[in-house]
Amino acid sequence: MTPLSPASPAPLVVYIDGVGLLGPGIDHWEEGRQQLAGLAPARRQKTVLPAPAALPPAERRRAGAMVKLALAVGLEALQAAGLDAAQVPSVFASSGGDGLNCHEMCMALASPEKFISPTRFHNSVHNAASGYWGIATGSMATSSVLCAYDGSFAAGWLEAVAQAVVDGVPVLLLAYDTDYPEPLRSVRPVPDTFGVALVLSPQRSARSLARCTLHGDACLTGDPADQLADPVLEPLRRGIPAARSLPLLRAVATRQAGRVVLDYLDGLQLALDIAPCA
Amino acid sequence: MQPLLLSHFTTTSCIGRGLAPTLASLRERRSGLQPCDFEGADLATWTGSVAGVDDEVLRDDLRAYDCRNNRLAQLGLRQDGFEQAVHRTVARVGRQRMGVFLGTSTAGILQTELAYRRRDPVSGALPADFNYATTHNPYSVSAFVRGFFGLEGPAMAVSSACSSSAKVFASARRMLEAGLIDAAIVGGVDSLCLTTLCGFNSLGLLSSRPCRPFDVNRDGISIGEAAAFILLERVPSSLDANAVLLRGVGESSDAHHMSSPHPQGLGARLAMQQALASAGLQAPQIGYINLHGTATPGNDAAEGQAVVALFGELATPCSSTKGATGHTLGAAGALEAVISALALQQGLMPGGANTEQLDPAIAVNYLMGNREQPVSSVLSNSFGFGGTNCSLVFSRAG
Repeated sequence: MTPLSPASPAPLVVYIDGVGLLGPGIDHWEEGRQQLAGLAPARRQKTVLPAPAALPPAERRRAGAMVKLALAVGLEALQAAGLDAAQVPSVFASSGGDGLNCHEMCMALASPEKFISPTRFHNSVHNAASGYWGIATGSMATSSVLCAYDGSFAAGWLEAVAQAVVDGVPVLLLAYDTDYPEPLRSVRPVPDTFGVALVLSPQRSARSLARCTLHGDACLTGDPADQLADPVLEPLRRGIPAARSLPLLRAVATRQAGRVVLDYLDGLQLALDIAPCA
Repeated sequence: MQPLLLSHFTTTSCIGRGLAPTLASLRERRSGLQPCDFEGADLATWTGSVAGVDDEVLRDDLRAYDCRNNRLAQLGLRQDGFEQAVHRTVARVGRQRMGVFLGTSTAGILQTELAYRRRDPVSGALPADFNYATTHNPYSVSAFVRGFFGLEGPAMAVSSACSSSAKVFASARRMLEAGLIDAAIVGGVDSLCLTTLCGFNSLGLLSSRPCRPFDVNRDGISIGEAAAFILLERVPSSLDANAVLLRGVGESSDAHHMSSPHPQGLGARLAMQQALASAGLQAPQIGYINLHGTATPGNDAAEGQAVVALFGELATPCSSTKGATGHTLGAAGALEAVISALALQQGLMPGGANTEQLDPAIAVNYLMGNREQPVSSVLSNSFGFGGTNCSLVFSRAG
């Protein structure tokens, strides 16, 4: 059996049409852009999560840090791209669930009563942020929810690029992580919350910030991932899986053309070419 | 969409290890559900547990992955020559060109539940032998399978509750069509744990009897566990008539509620419509529907309305196989994809187990007994918490 494989797969091209960013010392993309471009100093400050104003009151009360984080960056990226959430498929990538919720649930299950509240349980699913996103935006478009441990951003990137190119539609990629309380923190030392969202479009638009090209047969590489020189931002990149996206965001911020290598799986990195849109 | 070939598949659940016992159970209409005896769960419910999971021993180099979920994964990989089929395909396409996309809802969270019971009485620290990354993390099962076969290509876990291992087909389809890979191991693995047993109990969604999908007196789910794997490839130039193809995929979101489906099944309907459209088929061309059919009052009513809206009243034969297997959550999509493939190859539409009196308010053509007749296309539904929906269309090649 010889599969009918494309002789030489065409490169996958997407345009970044909007960015959302929230993390330690970074309240939004413009602030992150300036820090990544060296126009403003990076700040050592705990992440500040905005209230999820888009949710109805009942869901707003139930929403944890992960939901607030995902909603904030997702809506920022969509607004920048000038798109309505209702039409845009989404890819949610997280290295784990909501850390605090997971801890509270495991504490309850280790107690004699083993009682966990309905809200605690439904917030424990890995797709909680995706579910709340649908409720907040009314979007019935498909939403994929992934995990590849520390490589979750790159896994989400591959999924979103494939979807944008194959289905010919703009896709919203969200990657986000929250920190864990002890005792989980000792075995999963994610220090703070960090989220990034990108609108990836198969066609260039007036809003396009950068053009990204993925070569199907050469995007997986053994080359080491790019690092950041900044003494505040580089520990962030290493410490929070979603922040492994920072070398890509730096290229967008500095409007540099070239190759970007991001962390993916054990011993395997993801390479792409990026060029600014004039 | 470009159809894809299910070049090899296998499943292990409470109704059998591998295809032959699974098929025999379906033919005999045997349910694998038993009163719950899961350690630490004092619940009046029934579960579909797989015998012998804890006897499975992981290879030395993969010992860090040791937990019930990965043992179940290995037990599943070892049935029906699946392991050998993967090795043959890897030899043909290369280690970097084989993707691993597996669905799971809780992976090895049981390991963390157990570790929390063994916290240090003074410091509260978790025991030193606990490894979060290789057991609890959703990716652990995909990392284990990738390691099991020594693969070097793309991999991830899809974790969108009970649609997880249906949606892996959608992800693999896009990766294959984009030319990023030449073959994929897709599937789902979910194992019993206190999180889901106690969680569904707190929502009042566990039945105290073996679950009865679409029964007028249905009162909740029975939780099961399963591992199901499918090798997915582009369609070769010549095919056996009995080969099974992934023909259509539909995905949607309810945008309604975290733990209840849209009451009219709007999201479910959208997913089924898209699956039909992507397959290029009309509703009457579907011979059998493997329903999501969890046996909660709300889910079956919503899914029933969506099926009637698209297929008409008392039209396409349909059933839920969860009365036999239990609801295997993140593994359900892949398990039921394999049952759909068996239905196509064997000309067997399995009647729903346990259901005694059909709900007259749901006008679907629910099969109370097996029907033996050739089927050319099957639709399989998987819907989950958070309003995530996925429908798949499978067809016989000839």
